Amino acid sequence: MKTAPEILQVLQAQFPEKILKSEMGVLDPWARVEAGSIVEVCSFMKSDLNLSFDTLACLSGVDFKGLKGETERLEVVYHLFSMKQRHKFVLKVELPRDNPSIGTVEGIWAIANWHEREAFDMFGIRFEGHSDLRRILCPDDWEGYPLRKDYEQPETYRGMPVRPVKQFVEMANEGLPVGTNPFKA
Amino acid sequence: MQVEAFEGEEMILNMGPQHPSTHGVLRLELQTDGEVVQKITPHIGYLHRCFEKHAENVDYPGVIPYTDRMDYIASMNNSLGYALAVEKLMGIEVNDRVKALRVIVAELNRIASHLLSIGTYAMDIGAFTPFLHCFREREKILDLFEWTCGARLLYNYNWVGGLSHDIPEGFVDKTRQFMAEFEPVIAEQNELLSFNKIFIERTAGVGILGEELAISYNVTGPNLRGSGVSWDLRKADPYCGYETYDFNVPVGQGKFGPLGSCWDRYYVRVREMEESLKILRQALDRLPDGDVQEKVPKKVKPPKGEVYGRTETPRGELGYYIVSDGSPNPFRVKIKSPCFTALAVLPVISKGEMVADIIAVIGSIDIVMGELDR
Amino acid sequence: MEALLKLLSDNVAGYGSLASPLQYLLPMVLASLCCIALVALFPIVAVYAERKVAAHMQDRLGPMRVGGWHGWAQTIADGIKLLLKEDIIPSEADRVLFKLAPLVVFAGGFASLVVLPFGASVIVSDLNIGVLYVVAISSLGVVGIIMAGWASNNKYALFGGMRAAAQIVSYEIPAVMAILTVVIPVGSLSTQEIVRAQEGGWLGIGNWFIFKPVTAVAFLVYYLASLAEVNRTPFDIPEAESELVAGYHTEYSGMRFAFFMLAEYVNMFVVSAIGATLFLGGWNSPVFGGPVAFMLKSVALVFVQFWLRWTLPRLRVDQLMYVSWKVLLPASFVLVILAGALAVR
Repeated sequence: MKTAPEILQVLQAQFPEKILKSEMGVLDPWARVEAGSIVEVCSFMKSDLNLSFDTLACLSGVDFKGLKGETERLEVVYHLFSMKQRHKFVLKVELPRDNPSIGTVEGIWAIANWHEREAFDMFGIRFEGHSDLRRILCPDDWEGYPLRKDYEQPETYRGMPVRPVKQFVEMANEGLPVGTNPFKA
Repeated sequence: MQVEAFEGEEMILNMGPQHPSTHGVLRLELQTDGEVVQKITPHIGYLHRCFEKHAENVDYPGVIPYTDRMDYIASMNNSLGYALAVEKLMGIEVNDRVKALRVIVAELNRIASHLLSIGTYAMDIGAFTPFLHCFREREKILDLFEWTCGARLLYNYNWVGGLSHDIPEGFVDKTRQFMAEFEPVIAEQNELLSFNKIFIERTAGVGILGEELAISYNVTGPNLRGSGVSWDLRKADPYCGYETYDFNVPVGQGKFGPLGSCWDRYYVRVREMEESLKILRQALDRLPDGDVQEKVPKKVKPPKGEVYGRTETPRGELGYYIVSDGSPNPFRVKIKSPCFTALAVLPVISKGEMVADIIAVIGSIDIVMGELDR
Repeated sequence: MEALLKLLSDNVAGYGSLASPLQYLLPMVLASLCCIALVALFPIVAVYAERKVAAHMQDRLGPMRVGGWHGWAQTIADGIKLLLKEDIIPSEADRVLFKLAPLVVFAGGFASLVVLPFGASVIVSDLNIGVLYVVAISSLGVVGIIMAGWASNNKYALFGGMRAAAQIVSYEIPAVMAILTVVIPVGSLSTQEIVRAQEGGWLGIGNWFIFKPVTAVAFLVYYLASLAEVNRTPFDIPEAESELVAGYHTEYSGMRFAFFMLAEYVNMFVVSAIGATLFLGGWNSPVFGGPVAFMLKSVALVFVQFWLRWTLPRLRVDQLMYVSWKVLLPASFVLVILAGALAVR
């Protein structure tokens, strides 16, 4: 069991150039890693016996757009956990909002396969070297990346209205029942 | 959706999204050679309701009803995880009554969820009667919940900083009565199903999930414990005062075949119900006085920051990654769903099994599509 | 039928003056009408009974509304509903086979009734190869099931049909072997002869084959195999609803589906009745003999089928084959040899 500052120390010793920023005094201490070396850092963190981060608890994409005081960017956040050592750490990677692309950690933690597919589906982040980078929650032919802050919902999908139809919205606003009652034809 | 090239003797069998035992709207593409399944490709997303997008557009308390709708079998546990994460972000410490009540509802909900899991599992294997016995007991728990907060499935009970209602008068006695009635049912269930020769033949030795594979896929909860790993967040990373309760963490023992089989996962759930009863008994005994809404903030507006809160739901580690920008709406909420990781491992552990075994494995990992697809 | 002919010519004035073919035809028609009535009524009663039995085993009440007293009219209402339902044939199905299959399945069960000895003289036809006839004709159902599975053009149905074919063919062998252990000591294939051979004995039941050493075990073998032949739990693999949706009748609806249900229940009755004939003394009884005793015994065996269904989980295909080829078949061979040895002595 290591505390977050100790883990950071190990990382800084191993990758002096690659740790761009870190914050230790928060609820979940994190370190920002250079995007190009995430695979290298992750595989070190798994194989190093003192760290042995053997599982990836969560992989999330975050779209920082329209937030005061923050540069517009995409972030991939890796919540790592070690079942052996029982300590945790958070890695972050900054990506540009246009054409974001990063190496896959699928070969390190098998579950990353699905998490990365989700991040691809929702944010359009490409994971280079991923074995099966398809949309996972949305249909294969869905357009756009829904969890981006500037996502515009399409009017229709394959001819089916996706948004609430205008006439129903008006009915609902007037307090009329929307939809049909199957028992009153 | 492309059909890969396959040899002449193989057949693509499309299982789901409408199928009696895919536990919701899961769709599996099976490549079968006679009865033997060569390859499985899960297709998910049929129940995707954009939870994470919704959460960005409502305020913090407004997310709670949505969390209930993720794992609708164990809503209490879902909203508990979210409430705890937000409280952690805001630095709220709730009083002891709230803690004890949260433990009580979470454990009752855990029993209800495991009952459903066990009952439907029996049905997957072809035994119908245990299913109804389980539902009979589950009904009593739902009645208790209905009495407490007016809802039977989607409770909106755990609020940020407190609870929506205190328990009604007589709740403790009714719960004790339920526990007294329920305890013999577990033994009956074991006799009828768990140790039935046919049931063991069908489930032990099928869908073997090894420890390393499980950890690599971040499989959690009863599925991980079925593989012999004693890992329970209630013990390892306690919340709500779980560290003050005396209970055991049941793990799979590989009694009837290799460790980590379907039977092990199933039986871990059966024994977890007994442990939940233990916790319930202690919580009911100690239940302190207090105001359940004492710490509920007028306006939930966490400071800028982020948190990854995790709790042990009946299905495993449920994580909420919440990013706050200091406004009343969350900036980003990401759910790490235990079912998501459990289903990801399904193609690996059921490769080369028979069609009937696929059903046994799906049932044993106990997924709820509402949470998987969010 | 001979008894019916005698009854008619004795009691109906001028019956003997009818044309000779008509004299024979009339009892035939009457006998088949009786069989149809049995086939139509038994499933209605049995489905209702099964639902009630299941319900009470599961701590619930079952149908309680239709018809007033304990929902007695529920299955009648269900039957009418099935009759009125739209008949859907999948567009890609093989229409001829699809329509023919339920009839073939049903005919197999129905035709077996011919040699069931309901009473000393109550039998449609006492064929001298009665047992052989039953074994042969009940296999007809398999053909129908494969037809249904193939014609539906549905992969689940195909799976169900293939499983059913494999299962029924494998279990036919131990079943026939078990029947042989009774046929050897009796020395006849006629069902009436077999029943007569079980008359008398200690308390009037001592000569039943179930109370004799070799045939007692054979009864178990037969009963297990018969469960598999009629696709009942724990051998309900061809229609395993949690795996194959509904197996070979997935695509059937309305009256065609009802035919499969009818056939299933008729088959359940037939295998139980054969069990009662061969091992439980048929219409023999220390208290009251005849059709009532025979029906009671058959229904008791049907009840056991219900009981097993609502208690046990389902086996897997390979386990099912294991039970048949590696357990029941060797056991039944040994039994036949023992029965032969006893008969020679």
